[in-house]
Amino acid sequence: MSRPVDAAANAALFIADPAHQETHDRLVWGMRQHRDKAVAAIPEWERLRDLASKLKEHTLTHLDRYLEQFEANATKRGAQVHWARDAAEHNEIVAQIFLDRGARRIVKSKSMLQEECGMMPYLAGRGLEVVESDLGERIQQLDHEGPSHIFVPAIHKLRTDVAALFAKNLGTDPDDSEPHHLAEAMRQNARPKFLRADAGMTGANFAVAETGGFVVCTNEGNADIGATLPKLHVASVGIEKLVPRARDLGVFVRLLARSGLGSAMTQYTSHFHGPKPGGELHIVLVDNTRSARLGSPEFWEVLKCIRCGACMNTCPVYRRSGGLAYGATYSGPIGVILDPGFDHRKYGELPFHSTLCGSCTEVCPVKIDVSGQIAKWRRVIASEGLMAPGESIGMKALGATLAHPATFHAAEAIGLAAIAHLPRAVVDNPLNPWTKHREMPTPPAETFRSWHERNRGGA
Amino acid sequence: MNIGLFVPCYVDALFPEVAIATLELLEGLGIDVGYPADQTCCGQPMANSGCQPESAATEAHFAACFRDFETVVGPSGSCVHHVRFHLDATEQTSEVVRVRRAVRELVEFLHDDLKVGAFPRARFPHKVGLHDSCTAIRGLGHCRSSEHPTRPAFSKTRDLLAKVEGLALVEIDRPDECCGFGGSFCVTDEAVSSKMGEDRVRDFHRHGAEYIASADMSCLLHMKGIIDRLGLPLKVIHVAQILNGGPA
Repeated sequence: MSRPVDAAANAALFIADPAHQETHDRLVWGMRQHRDKAVAAIPEWERLRDLASKLKEHTLTHLDRYLEQFEANATKRGAQVHWARDAAEHNEIVAQIFLDRGARRIVKSKSMLQEECGMMPYLAGRGLEVVESDLGERIQQLDHEGPSHIFVPAIHKLRTDVAALFAKNLGTDPDDSEPHHLAEAMRQNARPKFLRADAGMTGANFAVAETGGFVVCTNEGNADIGATLPKLHVASVGIEKLVPRARDLGVFVRLLARSGLGSAMTQYTSHFHGPKPGGELHIVLVDNTRSARLGSPEFWEVLKCIRCGACMNTCPVYRRSGGLAYGATYSGPIGVILDPGFDHRKYGELPFHSTLCGSCTEVCPVKIDVSGQIAKWRRVIASEGLMAPGESIGMKALGATLAHPATFHAAEAIGLAAIAHLPRAVVDNPLNPWTKHREMPTPPAETFRSWHERNRGGA
Repeated sequence: MNIGLFVPCYVDALFPEVAIATLELLEGLGIDVGYPADQTCCGQPMANSGCQPESAATEAHFAACFRDFETVVGPSGSCVHHVRFHLDATEQTSEVVRVRRAVRELVEFLHDDLKVGAFPRARFPHKVGLHDSCTAIRGLGHCRSSEHPTRPAFSKTRDLLAKVEGLALVEIDRPDECCGFGGSFCVTDEAVSSKMGEDRVRDFHRHGAEYIASADMSCLLHMKGIIDRLGLPLKVIHVAQILNGGPA
C-alpha cells in the first residue's frame, strides 16, 4: 500500500524556499489576472458558463449513447477505436499498437490522461522511446518529475533551474537563462527526434459524438508535429471528454483558454477527423474510475472538468504550495477532488489542504462546485477513519466540549488562564503550530458571558 | 423586534469587546436584544473538518438556545454561513430549520434588514483596509467577488463604513484573497496558513492601512498573530467596533 501524501509538509518545504515560492505565486496569480481581464471583455460570460455546465451535464447523463455514437462515426471515418477499462488496459493497448507496427520512437504531446495512467514509465519498460514535445513537459521529463500544473507543467521552476537542467542534459551554458536561448536549445535538440519519430501520441480536449472527430488544444502547435509527421497517430481520450455536436465546441473553446490563461483561444486548436491518407489513427477511450464517479450521486460533477487550470491559478493554497506538493497527477483544487477518487488512503489528506475559500467554485467555467466537493470529500475521509489521528481525536474532544455549556465554560477558563499565565517557552513549543509564525492572542480580563452577567444582570 | 444575540465561542472567550460593541450597537438602534448565556458554538469547527457526527450535539444545542427568537444576529460571517448552509449534522426538525432561517450576519442585518442610514456615534479618522472573509464574500454575498467582473459591483460592508465620519478606505492589490485562517487549517497546514496571512497583512501594510477591519474576527485573530510576530504597525478591528464608535 502506498504511503499517504503529506501535502502540508511538502508545501512547508516549498515555502521555505522564498525565491521559488514567491515567483510561483506571482506568475500563477498573473494568469488569474489575465483571466479576469479576458472575462470582463465577454458580457455574456456567465451565460456561457451556464451553457457549458448544462451541456456537460446533459452529455454525462446520456454518456452511453454519445460514446457509441462517437465510436460509430470515428470508425466510419477510418479511425480504429479501442476501449480501456483502466490505466493498465490503456497502457497495454497503446504499447501493443506500437509494438505490432514496429514503432519504437514516439513523439508525444502533453496529456494529463496519459500522466494519470502512468503511461510513460510503462512504455519505457516495453522498450519504447517517448519524447515529450511540449516544452514545459519536456523540462519535467528531463528532470524526472510529473507536471505541477495542468497546462504549465514546469511553472514551479525558475529559469535558472531550467538553465542548469539544460546544461546537464543538452550541454548548454549553465549561466545563460535567457528564455529565448533556452527554447532555441530545446528546439535544436528536439527537432531531429520529431523528424525521425515512428508514431505520434496526443490526448484530446474534446471529442465530438456527432462527427467522430476530436480536438487538441496547444499553445506550441506541438500536437500537430506528432500527429502529422509520422503515419501513426494514437490518441488517449477520457470518456468524459465527449460533447454532443460540433457546434458545442464554440462554447468550450471560448471558455477554455480564457479561464486558464486569459487568452481568447489557445494558439492551436487542432481538429482530427480520421487518419491521414495512408496512415493510421487509433483512439483509445479510457474509463479508469470515470464510470464509477458518474455513478456517484455526490461526486459525478467533477467529470464536467475541462482541465482549464483556472481553479489552480486562483487557489491561494496551490500558489503557496506548488503543484508537486500534492504528490499526484492532478494538483490544486481540481486535484483535491479528483485524486482521492483514485485512492482514498493515499490522497486522504488532500481535501484538508484547502481553506474552503470558494474562489475555485467561482472561476470554474463549467460551474463545478469545487469547494463544496472538497467539503464532501472531508466527510468521506473522516467517516472512513482516514483523517490524521491527532485531528480526529481533537475533533471528538472539541465536539464533546462544545455540546455542553458547563464544559465549554470550564474549558474557556482553563484555556484563557493557560495563555495568560504559562511561560512563553511552553506556549511556543514545536507542538503548538500556531506560534511557529504567529503570536498568541492576548487573553481578555473576562469573557463576554461574564461581562454580560455583570452589566446586564444575566440572561 | 425580538433579537437573539449569537456570540461565537471564540468571540466570547477572546474578543468580548466585539460582542459588547455588537450588543451596544443594536441597543443603540432601539432593538431589544436577548442573550442566551448557555450558548456555546455553532458546530462549524467539527463540521468544517468533515466530522459530522462530532458536530451534531453542538448544532442541536445551538438551535435549542435560539428557538425563542424571531431573528438571531451574530457578528461573524463564517459562523452565520455555517448555520445557514451547513448546520445539517443534527436532525432537521422544524425548530432547527426555523432557527437556521432566522440567523443573520451583523452586516447584512444592518444593511439589508434595518437599512441603517447613519451611525451618529461612529467617528473613525483612520486609514482602513477592508478584509471581507471568504464565507462573507462567496458564501453570504456581502460583495461582488473579483472572480465575477461581468456582474454589477457592490459591497455591503463598504456601504456601512462609508457612513462613518473620518474613515478612509485603502485599496489593496488582492482585495478578496483568503487570509489563510481556514479553521483547523491554521494549525494542520501551519506553513501555508502563515504564509497566506503574511502576504495578506503585507498587502494592507504596503498600501498604508493603519487598521484591518473585518466582520469576521477569526480572520483577524490569525492576521493579528502574524502582525504581532512581524512587528508591523497595523491594528485589527471588527466592523461592529467601528460602527459603535471606535475601540473602547
